[in-house]
Amino acid sequence: MQISVRQIEKTTILDVSGDIDLSSSPEVRKALLRELRENRIPRVALNLREVRYIDSSGIASLVEGLKASRDTGARFMLFGLSTIAREVLQLSRLVKVFEIYDTEEQALGS
Amino acid sequence: MLLKLELQSNPELLCAVRGVVERLTEKMGFPEPECRSVTRAVDEAMTNIIRHAYGNQPDQPIELTCFRAKRAEGGDSVEGLEIILKDQGAQVDPEDMHGRPLDEVKPGGLGLHYIRQSMDIMEFTRADGTNQLRLVKYLQPKVSAPRF
Repeated sequence: MQISVRQIEKTTILDVSGDIDLSSSPEVRKALLRELRENRIPRVALNLREVRYIDSSGIASLVEGLKASRDTGARFMLFGLSTIAREVLQLSRLVKVFEIYDTEEQALGS
Repeated sequence: MLLKLELQSNPELLCAVRGVVERLTEKMGFPEPECRSVTRAVDEAMTNIIRHAYGNQPDQPIELTCFRAKRAEGGDSVEGLEIILKDQGAQVDPEDMHGRPLDEVKPGGLGLHYIRQSMDIMEFTRADGTNQLRLVKYLQPKVSAPRF
């Protein structure tokens, strides 16, 4: 799994690719908490378009990001969810909890 | 027996197990969503063994064995996939194997829900220091499974 970070206007975008599972979810958690808690970025968007698989530990990392955003008053958005990522969020009944967009343009324009 | 894997409890190996289980379910004729859900169930079960039975030690033994399952339904025989996972880790209290309520938004406790939602049978037993998790998923009755 790889994570890269870029800035577009006021939004920090984290592009994730590969599988998010027990071996890689700590890295996702760390990256999200760095931007939200340490750097106090007010708008963070996670690009999941290139994520082939996400497990419960990956979802837990996203929930931690969500909680951090609520604590700091930031917005935390997801976009580009694959079928697998959407299925797992639906199984977890978390689809309506997250701010989810189909595309990067929609997330940036929100 | 269809296949047997002897693995270490290393999270880096989870992707390899997912690849094997997904190909096997495809070959057995499961529909695509069920291939994904059975693969997810095995991945989550392995994750639970690594985290909870072995406390994240990466060099402990896990055995995964797959069998062709069969059950009678009406006058027909329905085929499926039976997966047995064995480990020698800490004893897991079956009472703890419920997962957390899904209406709580907090990290953790989701893996067991994924397993239960994916499989037709989930049974946990422990004997002689070995934890055994038995997972079974049946094909839909009208789908004929290709032999291989």
